[in-house]
Amino acid sequence: MTTQKEAYDIAVIGGGNAALCAAMTAAEAGARVLILETAPKPYRGGNSRHTRNFRCMHSAPLGPLIEEYSEDEYLEDLLKVTGGKTDEHLARLAIRTSEECLPWMEEHGVRFQPSLSGTLSLARTNAFFMGGGKSLVNAYYRTAAGLGVDVLYEAAVTHLELNGDRIEWVDYTYEGQSHLITPKAVIVASGGFQADTDWLTRAWGEPAKNFLIRGTPYNRGVVLSDLLDQGVDSVGDPTQCHAVAIDGRAPKFDGGIVTRLDCVPFSIVVNKNAERFYDEGEDVWPKRYAIWGRLVAAQPNQVGYVIIDAKSLNLFMPSVFPPLKADTLEELAAMMDLPADKLKATVAEFNEACGDTSGFHPTELDGVTTSGLTPPKTNWARPITEPPFYGYSLRTGVTFTYLGLKVDDTAQCSTANGKIKNLWAAGETMAGSILGQGYLAGFGMTIGTVFGRISGREAAAYAN
Amino acid sequence: MQTELIQEARRQAEICNACRYCEGYCSVFPSLHAERAFSDGDITQLANLCHNCRGCYYACQYTAPHEFDLNLPKALAEVRRESWESFAWPQPLARRFHTHGGAIALALVVGFALLFWAIRVIGSSGGEGFYAVLSHNAMVAIFAPAFLLPLFSLAISLRRYWAEVGGKPIQMSDLIAALKRAGKMQDLAAGHGEGCNFEDEDRFSQGRRHIHHAIMYGFLLCLASTSVATILHYAFGLHAPYGFWSLPKLFGVSGGILLTVGCGAMVLLKQKSDRELGDPSAWGGEIGFVLLLGFVGLSGLVLYTLSSTALMPALLAIHLGSVLTFFLLVPYTKMAHGFYRLAALIRDAQRKRELSVGC
Repeated sequence: MTTQKEAYDIAVIGGGNAALCAAMTAAEAGARVLILETAPKPYRGGNSRHTRNFRCMHSAPLGPLIEEYSEDEYLEDLLKVTGGKTDEHLARLAIRTSEECLPWMEEHGVRFQPSLSGTLSLARTNAFFMGGGKSLVNAYYRTAAGLGVDVLYEAAVTHLELNGDRIEWVDYTYEGQSHLITPKAVIVASGGFQADTDWLTRAWGEPAKNFLIRGTPYNRGVVLSDLLDQGVDSVGDPTQCHAVAIDGRAPKFDGGIVTRLDCVPFSIVVNKNAERFYDEGEDVWPKRYAIWGRLVAAQPNQVGYVIIDAKSLNLFMPSVFPPLKADTLEELAAMMDLPADKLKATVAEFNEACGDTSGFHPTELDGVTTSGLTPPKTNWARPITEPPFYGYSLRTGVTFTYLGLKVDDTAQCSTANGKIKNLWAAGETMAGSILGQGYLAGFGMTIGTVFGRISGREAAAYAN
Repeated sequence: MQTELIQEARRQAEICNACRYCEGYCSVFPSLHAERAFSDGDITQLANLCHNCRGCYYACQYTAPHEFDLNLPKALAEVRRESWESFAWPQPLARRFHTHGGAIALALVVGFALLFWAIRVIGSSGGEGFYAVLSHNAMVAIFAPAFLLPLFSLAISLRRYWAEVGGKPIQMSDLIAALKRAGKMQDLAAGHGEGCNFEDEDRFSQGRRHIHHAIMYGFLLCLASTSVATILHYAFGLHAPYGFWSLPKLFGVSGGILLTVGCGAMVLLKQKSDRELGDPSAWGGEIGFVLLLGFVGLSGLVLYTLSSTALMPALLAIHLGSVLTFFLLVPYTKMAHGFYRLAALIRDAQRKRELSVGC
């Protein structure tokens, strides 16, 4: 065990967007800041590496954003996805503050670009980072270095010592040795626990072992669990995670954006018994991909199989791995290890239930539906008849967990006995306060930026 | 073409096509995202559009140690060099100089030797200035073919390129659009105009773009100097030597300075860059070429400065020798990249035009 050589005012735990916003804000307020990032440098930045945009309120065109996006409309969009499971006071704070964040982000090195192809629906509400989240992370690390923030990579925090109403010290390991530091204030911005498969399995059940983790393998919830064990207030459903259906061939961790599959609305999806189990055409894919994460999780072996035919191949964004391709359904079934007779029967039954397809329209709810089929397919129902046939496997991909640290509107943490004087939290680790369920594109970065800056400001004020 | 290089670039392009985060950086990504499947020609076109600014590499969440192991700047740089080699004519010369700086140095020595030999054997027929060392007719006899043969060779190569990438008949608007992009080196500026990620990892800097500008415009000024002198000689009967305030000298001196300084700075800048984000096997050839180009500029300036001294004949042989070598190697060295880049930008302008007509 070694103790610190340099005295830091503030230790920031984590190295993603929220941590960096906190560190830069605190350093600008004159604090000596140390970032403890558990990932090695190439993987720094947590899930922020995989993000691509920032949802931002604006009363007039702002940066890359067109028209306006009001606080009320933003909140309404949030309430739609969370089903009301949100802390409205904190949500409004995040939304309202997002507007001043965008120019602040630009001042700190972030560059925006026009909405990406295939995402025009977000051009008004979401500002896209030039090059994506990793370039944002890179820019922030450069700016932070310029402000004198020190960064340790592969520095894994193991324990925060809570004594009454303050954190006494921080334990971490670095280069094979244990270290202890005693900063005046601590900001926790180390994400959720979704990369700890054991924890996920305890929370969700056995199927979680077959889940893929879309983001960083370093969000193992070590600090979160340490703080919860010491009685720090929590928020969010401990058994839930945000999960979507992704390409079944994706890597276990860090597959990120490219593993998404947009072909489900033009397909039928079967389980390993070659049976359909849900309406593939219920709504446009961006509104349904989260539901399919859960649907697939409920199937045997937590896997689904998407079947399309030649006429649908070019209707969706290209996939990172090419689809399996076969001239007959039997061959495709063999490639996917599905019972061939059953698959043929399922497809035949579906095809018979398809009706008039002349109104087919790939980008809107076209009402081209099956009749007399259970479950039905209520849009884009075209028979699967044109070889070659294509197949993808689907698995559940976990984005983040909801359980987190409860904070107030100064991002401060508390216990049953009141506020912890020198502990703040920002980003995914406290997002459960605002995102009780569901997800709104670009809102994670909003929460991280807003509460990162608040926690940096508050911690620096305390340390000074 | 080497199929493994194309195949690796294709693998990476398919991952990029499912991601699209880099769409704003340069010409490569909008062109890439317009396709669902990539033919060899598509990959060749993307490779020649890429200016190796490296913005996409540092922004990429899939670079090593990630198992997707993306390094698009390198994959495209390798395909690019391979495309230049495979389109080059005649083929026996194609694969010597891109990868071998030593071969360029050897060619330079041969160039010197040829000029010394020419001066000794042919000599002057009583002209003034440089023509007192080697007659104007002798210079024309050596340099006219040395200038035209490489252009002929390049024309064959570019025709092959154009067929490979599916180019269409060129309209004036395509050419103007391409020249505008090339003139500003927009593809070395990233979408936000702040330059590339070259000498200091992910820091954006205009260093490479400005240095490249110095080299390109320096070279064009030198070319303008020679062209203007040729016109003065044949159309107006005004023969060299020209005074300092003449167009050939003003173009030549300013161009020579830009070229010399630019090439020196480029070699230093390249030392700071990560070789693994380019085509590592072409390192020697690239440095050799930049040094040769810089030497052309420097020897010209020295020759100009010392033209009234006894060193002049030797300096003339050295300068003209380097110019001869430079010209003859144009189709087989990094110099070819300018022609291919322009062709790729023209093809890309066509693609955009077809797209806007299609809408």
